[in-house]
Amino acid sequence: MSDYNLSHLRQLEAESIHIIREVVAEFENPVMLYSIGKDSSVMVRLAEKAFAPGKVPFPLMHIDSKWKFKEMIEFRDQYAKEHGWDLIVEHNEEAFKAGVGPFTHGSKVHTDLMKTKALLAALDKHKFDAAFGGARRDEEKSRAKERIYSFRDKFHQWDPKNQRPELWDIYNAKVHKGESIRVFPLSNWTELDIWQYIRLENIPIVPLYYAKERPVVNMDGNLIMADDDRMPQELRDKAEMKMVRFRTLGCYPLTGAIESEADTIESIVEEMMTTTKSERTTRVIDFDQEASMEQKKREGYF
Amino acid sequence: MSTKLNITEFLDQDEKKDLLRLLTAGSVDDGKSTLIGRLLFDSKKLYEDQLDALERDSKRVGNAGENIDYALLLDGLKAEREQGITIDVAYRYFSTNKRKFIIADTPGHEQYTRNMITGGSTANLAIILVDARTGVITQTRRHSFLISLLGIKHVVLAVNKMDLVDYNQEVFDNIVADYRKFAEPLGIPDIHCIPLSALNGDNVVELSDNMPWYKGTPLLEYIETIKIDADHNFKNFRYPVQYVLRPNLDFRGFCGKVASGVVRKGDEVMALPSGRVSRVKGIHTYEGEIDYAFPPQSVTITLEDEIDVSRGEMLVHPNDLPRVERDFEAMLVWMDENAMDPNQQFFIKHTTNLSRVRIDNIQYKVDVNTMEQSATDRLSLNEIGRVTFTSNKPLFFDPYKENKSCGSFILIDPITNNTCAVGMIIDKVDNSRKTVLSESEIAEMRKGLSSIQSQDRESQLNQKGCTFWFHGADRALVNEVAFTMERRLFDAGKTVVVLPSGQNIIQSTILFNILNEQGIIVISTSDALSEENQTMIDDMSNKERMHVLTVDASLIGSDFAAYLQELTNAVNELIQAD
Repeated sequence: MSDYNLSHLRQLEAESIHIIREVVAEFENPVMLYSIGKDSSVMVRLAEKAFAPGKVPFPLMHIDSKWKFKEMIEFRDQYAKEHGWDLIVEHNEEAFKAGVGPFTHGSKVHTDLMKTKALLAALDKHKFDAAFGGARRDEEKSRAKERIYSFRDKFHQWDPKNQRPELWDIYNAKVHKGESIRVFPLSNWTELDIWQYIRLENIPIVPLYYAKERPVVNMDGNLIMADDDRMPQELRDKAEMKMVRFRTLGCYPLTGAIESEADTIESIVEEMMTTTKSERTTRVIDFDQEASMEQKKREGYF
Repeated sequence: MSTKLNITEFLDQDEKKDLLRLLTAGSVDDGKSTLIGRLLFDSKKLYEDQLDALERDSKRVGNAGENIDYALLLDGLKAEREQGITIDVAYRYFSTNKRKFIIADTPGHEQYTRNMITGGSTANLAIILVDARTGVITQTRRHSFLISLLGIKHVVLAVNKMDLVDYNQEVFDNIVADYRKFAEPLGIPDIHCIPLSALNGDNVVELSDNMPWYKGTPLLEYIETIKIDADHNFKNFRYPVQYVLRPNLDFRGFCGKVASGVVRKGDEVMALPSGRVSRVKGIHTYEGEIDYAFPPQSVTITLEDEIDVSRGEMLVHPNDLPRVERDFEAMLVWMDENAMDPNQQFFIKHTTNLSRVRIDNIQYKVDVNTMEQSATDRLSLNEIGRVTFTSNKPLFFDPYKENKSCGSFILIDPITNNTCAVGMIIDKVDNSRKTVLSESEIAEMRKGLSSIQSQDRESQLNQKGCTFWFHGADRALVNEVAFTMERRLFDAGKTVVVLPSGQNIIQSTILFNILNEQGIIVISTSDALSEENQTMIDDMSNKERMHVLTVDASLIGSDFAAYLQELTNAVNELIQAD
């Protein structure tokens, strides 16, 4: 039977492609949320695979919090252009004009206005009824029981007490008018799987994932990169050059770097195989409130 | 692990390992959290050891040497339980250099049936934990029954807490004998028993010095090496079409996941339900064409001939057909807080096909603790029963035992949209045994009510019962429009009557509504209706069925033929059966 064996990565790939196609077949107006991170990069490749040799029948949407690393935005525009994606970029103009940012307003207000509110407004504006997200169950504890199809009421809220049982590979796509779903095709992937797949498939990723000397400031134990001059001068003065890389990418003031020498895909995979720390320990937003991911999910953030 | 490998070779090899999905059954008291925690943690240590053995120049960040409270790894669930969040299953992940593992961890006592069924639906293997001090208990039997129902082929009976019975072989042997005797009638093909202590690590990753009498392998090695590739059905080719891909006029591909069997380029295939036969022209993937595809690959198939296949239909080999039936029997597990209403129709999702079913009969329900059968007229949460169904169109299925992908389905409540039940098909109904009418249907008839639902009628007539009420001052014009529409619908095979409305608008509306409920299309004519009357008709009727249309020369314009065509298109749209 050895002719009919699929490696774990190919099995995960087949499962994700199946999920993406189910959603496209059963929903009217899906969109893929694109965060520019490594998981998004894998998810986007899986979508390209699902509809090859055709074009992917839905757009990518990036919610720009206006505080992403510069390299992320460059990468996003180049990738979308090279791969012929229909890219939608949305942001909260009102809050942006009011000067909302993590340094001045704190991570809670910033995330709420520039990410959650911006996302919900964009979903309403385009009337999307299904939104793919790159979340994985191994990311943190509260996601371990998350469904692949996650139901949202017409206010995009998640009701953890009312989630449908999910069995085999049969997904219930029935929703009432105005309701929508978030879909997580990477649910069963681990951080290690993601890196192995990036290596196997040679998927382009933002260079920030590779270790390099970068100017970082130690803020409450998080190594925050001085990415632009919106970081207050007194902080920037404390910046030191360190060999660091990022395990996850988000808003630069809210994403801590780790000290690492891993500057090749091989060394990153090797690092993943042995690290016992959760990747989200580098995300400032997860710690600003008790049970904070759970809360954010209920409000409509992932 | 050979030290001759370099990092690149090690990583190349690691990417090729396979995947095993496992279910853990047992309560916290059995030491389940500790066992899972140890597997998660010690697998990292294995990587450390393997990588240490390689020549490496880079420095690692992680350090797996610290003390870990295994139970902490499962804290997510505890917090959620306190918040009252429904947790039916939590997924845990770990890898070794031989395999990736997905653990479906289902919490202990509450809602055990629903939880275990959910967590176990995709499992290749189940670990059943028993406490060496108590041995096989009711819970062990219940878990084993559910595992056999789900068709999980491999079971590991992990006899835990051996340290608390002095690592005594006799205790272990007695539990094993007990269990094998109990499990025999369940028909689980592969049962393996391991004595261990999750807390002390005996026989989990390494063989224990405390039990020299145990000649087998430790748990991790066992689940790393057990052969599962033969568990897929590679025999009967079934390809439920998911999506039709038409990037250009020259390419018409059918996207899907191979549910079972193997398909090769050039194979003769039949499309169900049409029965049209063609050959596989190509099997396409992102990387290019491949010669053959097998489960669970997701591919795109093109055919030699232009035959019409849409989502929900199935490609098979013509000499190896699935059952194509409307009547079937299944083991049904009720998952909804609300008990079953046996008179309701449900949506059924089976492979990629969405259809409707009704329940004909519940033969019995099973007590999961004793496996005793008893009569019932409905199932409630966590109950399991043997149920007979009729679907409104034929399903293409195989018995679940032979083919999980084509033998499983979910039922969706049409009002709440919840997944209210899940089923495993036993087989088609032997017609000689089929109850023609269910008891609930007979009860309805005795009350003077028809057992035939309007959906049944509509699906038989293949139309939606609607009224098109044409009204206007020019009765001759109204009549011409009405009878033209009648002719067109009749020619299209529809069941339609023209009924001029009487003086009494209310009576006419009631009559039309009754006919519509029977699936019949009514075309009515009348003089111009006042706005007040139009509102009343709308209020009395179902908006999807009652359509009041003004016929007026000024609205029709100069092109009468175009007007009629537009009207025909609109009518055809509205009378589409659901």
